[in-house]
Amino acid sequence: MKMSTKKLQWLMFGWFFVFPFLPVPGYWITIGNYIGLYSIVALGLVLLTGIGGLTSFGQAAFVGLGAYTTAYLSTTLGWSPWVGLGAGLVVSGLAAALIGSVTVRLSGHFLPLATIAWGLSLYYLFGTIEFLGKYDGLSGIPALSVFGIDLSSPRVMYGVIWLCLGGCLMLVLNLLNSRPGRAIRALAKGKTMPEAMGIHTAQYKILIFVLAALMASLSGWLYAHLQRSVSATPFGLHMGIEYLFMAVVGGIGHVWGAILGAVVMTGLKSQLQDWLPLLLGSNGNFEIVVFGVMIVLLLLWSRDGLWPWVASMWAKFHPPEPEVVAPAIAPDGYSDLPRRARPQAGALILEVSDARKQFGGLVAVKDMAFEIRAGEVVGLIGPNGAGKSTMFNLVTGVLPATSGEIRFCGERIDQLDSRHIVRMGIGRSFQHVHLIPHLSVLENVAMGAHLRGRSSPLAAALRLDRHEEARLLFLAAEQIRRVGLGEYMHTPAGSLALGQQRILEIARALCTDPTLLLLDEPAAGLRLKEKEALADLIRQLRGEGMSVLLVEHDMDFVMGLTDRLVVMEFGSKIAEGLPAEIQNNEAVLAAYLGGVE
Amino acid sequence: MDFSIFAILAQDGVTNGAVYALLAMALVLVFSVTRIIFLPQGEFIGFGALTVAALQSSQFPRLIWLLIGIGVLTFLVELGSALRQRRYKPLPRRLLMWSVIENLIYPQFIWLLAHSFDWQGMPMAVQILFTLAITVPLGIMIYRVAFQPMAEASVLVLLIVSVGVHFALLGMGLFIFGPEGSTTHAFTEWSTALGEMPVSGQSVVVMAVAGSLIGLLYLFFDRTLYGKALRATAVNRKGAQLVGIGTSQAGRMAFGLAAGLGTLAGTLIAPLNTVGYDTGFVVALKGFVAAIVGGLASYPLAAAGALLVGLLESYSSYWASAYKEVIVFTLIIPVLAWRSLTSGHGDEE
Repeated sequence: MKMSTKKLQWLMFGWFFVFPFLPVPGYWITIGNYIGLYSIVALGLVLLTGIGGLTSFGQAAFVGLGAYTTAYLSTTLGWSPWVGLGAGLVVSGLAAALIGSVTVRLSGHFLPLATIAWGLSLYYLFGTIEFLGKYDGLSGIPALSVFGIDLSSPRVMYGVIWLCLGGCLMLVLNLLNSRPGRAIRALAKGKTMPEAMGIHTAQYKILIFVLAALMASLSGWLYAHLQRSVSATPFGLHMGIEYLFMAVVGGIGHVWGAILGAVVMTGLKSQLQDWLPLLLGSNGNFEIVVFGVMIVLLLLWSRDGLWPWVASMWAKFHPPEPEVVAPAIAPDGYSDLPRRARPQAGALILEVSDARKQFGGLVAVKDMAFEIRAGEVVGLIGPNGAGKSTMFNLVTGVLPATSGEIRFCGERIDQLDSRHIVRMGIGRSFQHVHLIPHLSVLENVAMGAHLRGRSSPLAAALRLDRHEEARLLFLAAEQIRRVGLGEYMHTPAGSLALGQQRILEIARALCTDPTLLLLDEPAAGLRLKEKEALADLIRQLRGEGMSVLLVEHDMDFVMGLTDRLVVMEFGSKIAEGLPAEIQNNEAVLAAYLGGVE
Repeated sequence: MDFSIFAILAQDGVTNGAVYALLAMALVLVFSVTRIIFLPQGEFIGFGALTVAALQSSQFPRLIWLLIGIGVLTFLVELGSALRQRRYKPLPRRLLMWSVIENLIYPQFIWLLAHSFDWQGMPMAVQILFTLAITVPLGIMIYRVAFQPMAEASVLVLLIVSVGVHFALLGMGLFIFGPEGSTTHAFTEWSTALGEMPVSGQSVVVMAVAGSLIGLLYLFFDRTLYGKALRATAVNRKGAQLVGIGTSQAGRMAFGLAAGLGTLAGTLIAPLNTVGYDTGFVVALKGFVAAIVGGLASYPLAAAGALLVGLLESYSSYWASAYKEVIVFTLIIPVLAWRSLTSGHGDEE
């Protein structure tokens, strides 16, 4: 769905620049101005809500912060509007960072509710503060001018607004198509997966929160100097809700959906306001009834909004091309990518001693002890509920251990979180695949290369990251070919078979350059041929000096593949040894098949 | 501030807090059963108060038009979905029959009742009951029409739908009731003094009603099979379905209860405050603040949060009345900060 519809997009955008030169009535220009202003805010919401998964009803408050800051500075203090722009961005950015650091860590539904609350409280604040003119607001705001050229006419402001929108659009598109952009896309999948790739989720959440607020603030600045006066009403909760509506109607997961949504909603609203009173009389506020009903109908019809529908129509005539392509040959500096030194074969790398995990009264893992040496493939097996997954979570840092020690290459990791553990060289896959289904295989795998790059979001937005980006994509492409998914490079990950998705996760884990690879039931859901291919891959990795810990159910699979087996039951280790020994171990047989009394 | 002002403010705060508690309970209930954040709650406050006011001034309660209209719509939706499934199962005649009774006949029966009695002279309790007979089915129908077809959608989509419904009802409210607000008669003229503190009968009634409703809800959820089914749905939707609890039935029940609680909250505040078609939203949002304090999951915590909101509001209106709303809505930030620090890492879908 995300595949290129570039032509359509720029066609749409280009049209808006031709529009003011046509002999259209001034009213249309006004509508166009508002569409531009709303689009900037909605764009921030697409980034925040659609892509990052954080819902905000409070964006109007940030628009208000931008507008009031410049209004106050340019009227009461008589400063230049351009100072007002900078100050507005600083104020909104700081406010967003503060509010964000408190609220974005909250899960799911708390965040939207919190945004309703602080949106309201900022709105009431605008309306009560003396120096902001209480509910009357501030008026007499000067028009923009640059080098003495007056920009006050609506047609000229149209150009300014749409240039700002174009700039934001470009920056956001650049940002999304980069290393930090993939980190942002990973956020929507919860916390476990991105953290396991070394992505600092809280930081990225605050980042997109601040970015969305900055865009809202920019829109507020433009609004103040277009309207030449500000009051609290347009920054209230209802406007905040409408911004979110625009994004949802347009297609909240799509950057271009923001503009489409703003066009549709603003156009519709102005038409409804013109026509409905004629049809139904003016003693009711019918446009919001129709508005509300249409939202419900639209979401019943298409939960993803209008853009995906438009894009799929367009794709029928212009087959999409992959947007993110890895370079065909190794780019400059690829060989300089830092690689971890492999420990000597046979060196002790993972050492679990007396690890215990308690959930209340339940001891899920009870004083487990085992070790893994470099170049070994170890299987962790046991019947259902034996505590294998909990053990796995202790090693990968998803859960902290209650007591005991886990050491990796000599360093304690039992209290570290997964973000730090992956940095030390433990890569993992998931029992239930964690992928971003609409992104291509390449983009999904490249998420694993997060720690191999360093480019900042700013560098990415300004396209200063292209050398590094080429190296990371080539790295990802190499891993995809290594695991044998080369022909699916540009397929959306969600359309692969389950077995292939598991293999994809291994490729992603390989991108983190692990010394130890932890695979959680990699063979589940695989057909025989696929299992054989997977076993070959694991043998090949072992040949390259990698150690592998397999948590597995499939006995045949582990028997032929592993060097050693650790068997768990009821949270404890009941046996350890060579596969052939384990096959004849009585305790294991009893655990799997039921004991002989 | 001397003791008597302190005490009066406390009484005010607790009275308002009791109303917020009802709203918070309804919100917690709806959210936990259906994952819907029930923004239209505020409209029911206005609908309830204005309908009682209309009955008391012997006007026809025009909310019944809305009931009739949405009833027809609900019937059409149910008929439509039955016809669409005709290929897989026979037409559910009995269900459709019920649908006709519930959605087409019942509203007209209410209309007839409204016309055939002199509601002005009735005791207030009867007027409130009649109002409930309008609003509760309205809540159920709204669930059926707007939410049930997409019960499996994400919290965000449901929230947006909820906002859409809120807009639609708000606009209808303006059309039905007009822009003017009204007040209703007092519940009682009786008042007493507790030591030095005057106690108004109004406050006592509000607290008693809210308190007993909370008690009834507790009994309902703890002692009845229906209540337990609702709780089961809240804990685990799939699991509840597997043991034969109809989750859409649970959703309807939650909406009916929430609409009823909203209506009652509206009638409780109407004797003291002028309630307009759009008053409810901010009141309901304060209920939200309370519900969030309770984490949208715990009834006692939500009730405690409601008292906190009520008290905070009443004291801040004494010291910094201009900043009353700012203070109440900013309360949520430290509460959320505390929650985010104490709760571990929740991994949402």
